[in-house]
Amino acid sequence: MENQVPVLQLKHITKRFGNITANEDVSMDVHQGEILALLGENGSGKTTLMNAIAGIYYPEEGEILVRGKEVSINSPRDAFELGIGMIHQHFKLIDVLTAAENIVLGLKDKRRFDLKAANAKITEICEKYGFDIDPNQKIYDMSVSQKQTVEIVKVLFRGADILILDEPTAVLTPQETDKLFHILRNMKADGKSIIIITHKLNEVLDISDRVVILRKGKYICEFVTAEADAQKLTDAMVGHAVTLNIDRPEPVDPKDRIRVKGLTVKNSDGVLKLKDISFTARTGEILGIAGISGNGQKELLESIAGLQKIESGSIAYVNEDGTEKELVGLDPKKITDLGVTLSFVPEDRLGMGLVGNMNLGENMMLRTFRHGHGLFTDRKAPYQLAEQVVKELEVNTPSVRTAVRKLSGGNVQKVLVGREISSAPTVLLTAYAVRGLDINSSYIIYDLMNKQKERGVAVIYVGEDLDVLLELCDRILVLCDGQVSGILDGRDVDKQQVGMMMTRLGGGEANE
Amino acid sequence: MFEFLLSFIPRAVSQGIPLMFGAVGETVTEKSGNLNLGTAGIMYVGGICGVIGSFLYETRTGVENMNGFLAILIPMLCCLAGSLIMGLIYCFLTVTLRANQNVTGLAMTTFGVGFGNFFGGSLIKLSAADVPSIALSRTSQFFSAKLPFAKSLGWFGQIFLSYSFLAYTAIAMAIIASVVIFHTKLGLNLRSVGENPATADAAGINVTRYKYFATCIGAMVSGLGGLYYVMDYASGVWSNDAFGDRGWLAIALVIFTIWRPAHSIWASILFGGLYILHIFIPSGTNLAIKELYQMAPYVVTIIVLIFTSLRNKRENQPPASLGLSYFREDR
Repeated sequence: MENQVPVLQLKHITKRFGNITANEDVSMDVHQGEILALLGENGSGKTTLMNAIAGIYYPEEGEILVRGKEVSINSPRDAFELGIGMIHQHFKLIDVLTAAENIVLGLKDKRRFDLKAANAKITEICEKYGFDIDPNQKIYDMSVSQKQTVEIVKVLFRGADILILDEPTAVLTPQETDKLFHILRNMKADGKSIIIITHKLNEVLDISDRVVILRKGKYICEFVTAEADAQKLTDAMVGHAVTLNIDRPEPVDPKDRIRVKGLTVKNSDGVLKLKDISFTARTGEILGIAGISGNGQKELLESIAGLQKIESGSIAYVNEDGTEKELVGLDPKKITDLGVTLSFVPEDRLGMGLVGNMNLGENMMLRTFRHGHGLFTDRKAPYQLAEQVVKELEVNTPSVRTAVRKLSGGNVQKVLVGREISSAPTVLLTAYAVRGLDINSSYIIYDLMNKQKERGVAVIYVGEDLDVLLELCDRILVLCDGQVSGILDGRDVDKQQVGMMMTRLGGGEANE
Repeated sequence: MFEFLLSFIPRAVSQGIPLMFGAVGETVTEKSGNLNLGTAGIMYVGGICGVIGSFLYETRTGVENMNGFLAILIPMLCCLAGSLIMGLIYCFLTVTLRANQNVTGLAMTTFGVGFGNFFGGSLIKLSAADVPSIALSRTSQFFSAKLPFAKSLGWFGQIFLSYSFLAYTAIAMAIIASVVIFHTKLGLNLRSVGENPATADAAGINVTRYKYFATCIGAMVSGLGGLYYVMDYASGVWSNDAFGDRGWLAIALVIFTIWRPAHSIWASILFGGLYILHIFIPSGTNLAIKELYQMAPYVVTIIVLIFTSLRNKRENQPPASLGLSYFREDR
């Protein structure tokens, strides 16, 4: 196999979004009949790189060679014609159509529209690789794993022999994962090349032949899986600790503020998102939450804020005098009145917390509109607050009457965090508060959080940059698969340890 | 009773045909995810354009020298061209410029009605008639020509064969639309565009092209409804605002038939029947009661909406992205 031309070669691929470089000078090869794992932390550019191969993005620099020939992939159709198919994390299927209809969708076929022939071919593919789907079943009747199967069959139907799977196991149960891996091995035996994006180390070690590691958009190194172990992979994935010099004042007189016991949460599909979570958040302390995205961070914060339906467990708010108040079952407004504020910055910054078409002052009012006199809301105070936030956080805006959606992402975040902090919270929940911010703005936010900490606020900080978590937080709770992988002291823990715990429950060595 | 049905059914059918055109056109449009509330206006424009075409032809050649073929072809082409332009304007605004579909549609309706009344008024002035209407009776004769042997077939002929070619065109359109939408690859692609344009795009379907084509074809089919109304139903008499709220009834029909064009055949006849039911009811001369009866189709539509929403069957829901503009960079 070594003498063959790789089926897919990437040479010096660079992809930028505005000022942000998602991939920089990445080169890698994929051979026929191998399973290549693409490993990296959140935001390391794995998905972007694969989207460039699948024709969704077009890279600014670099070249892509398929079977030794340089190609230009401008659309998903181009990718299909080259035999490249990608199974996205969010399935691209149409609910009201059947599996077969989804599979033949958009195919340019001169022959008559013939679902029967298509069904026969689908059945053939299914038998060949061990899939189990009914071509006539509607997508909305299918489980997540069945939908994924349809996506894979769709790609194979179009004759793809290079398959890219973006975190295929994120939505699967362990049994379904085993089944998927079995199918992937069948496809590999059939000479197909497979790229699997993941950050689960045990899966990498289980299924792949080779591992390529990306960090911060760059190619770091690659391993032959047989020669790698979890430790080596983690080291390469997280890199060495960087010194950032973020202040970390000693907590003053920490007292318990939030006690979470045995918290279990399921999402709307009935999938377990949080399992038996217990921890305590203390006043005057920043509790960092580390974990690969989608491991329950969002659900955890929303549970505390009263926005999640809770399966079992308790969340207690501890008053100054030591008495406890149960938060589970309270409506979000009552929780907010206790001083628990949530400044959640989800993937789309405007999605939660701010209204894009409203101006800064009006967005401030979203918190205070109940404070008016009688029928009328108080319009003056929010605008004053907006002025204050703009000044203190150096928000770059023409005026407080500018619609929030016109501001850049960083400024939007400052407005959101500024508003939450201004309500003098007793518990401050933040997620990805510095995502997409430049260094300077990030430090302003860190500073703000430290100020809140000194005020005696219990701060819970969900972050993605381990270096920051290690320097900012007093304690770090590591989530893995919706479970507490461990709670560490932020002052004497190293990055590798956190990295291991993020990818493997408890961070134990791989002994499989 | 039989006598009643014999006179009621043909009238219900001819009342239902404009609705059928409108509903089929609108269904095709909505299947691409475009909620074209401009249908009412488009039907007006289709009607008045046909009137303008035939007016010019009638006055130029004189009533005696009219060629039957041209008398039909000219108004028809004018009607199709007018509706096509309306469809193109709607597409340009909502698909290319991504304007809000509801606002655009309502504006198109207001515009279409105004356009019809303006040119209707102008033609009435030109024709210097004593009554506020234009009568194109010669053209109408060509349009409403019926099968010659229909009369000789008794009740069967009266119920099934006593209509003009446009009526059968409407039924053919409904059947063709149904076959194309549900049984061809073209229809599959169209439905996927209306359901989930991002997925369709990823599958290599040209979303913009499908939206443009579906909406323009839909607009042309709807426009024929306006033409049928003037030339056949109203015997070639155009008077302003006479078309009334039939465009809205057509939109209601789309919901009533749960986006299945074939069903609009019986449903539009039912609506047409409900619309004129008051004439056959003894108290029908009372105008206040008339309004109540004319309300019936809308009430029926609301009931259907309640039932389909309650049953929540996925196939009976509107296209998932109906009313939303698609923007590739959004993903």
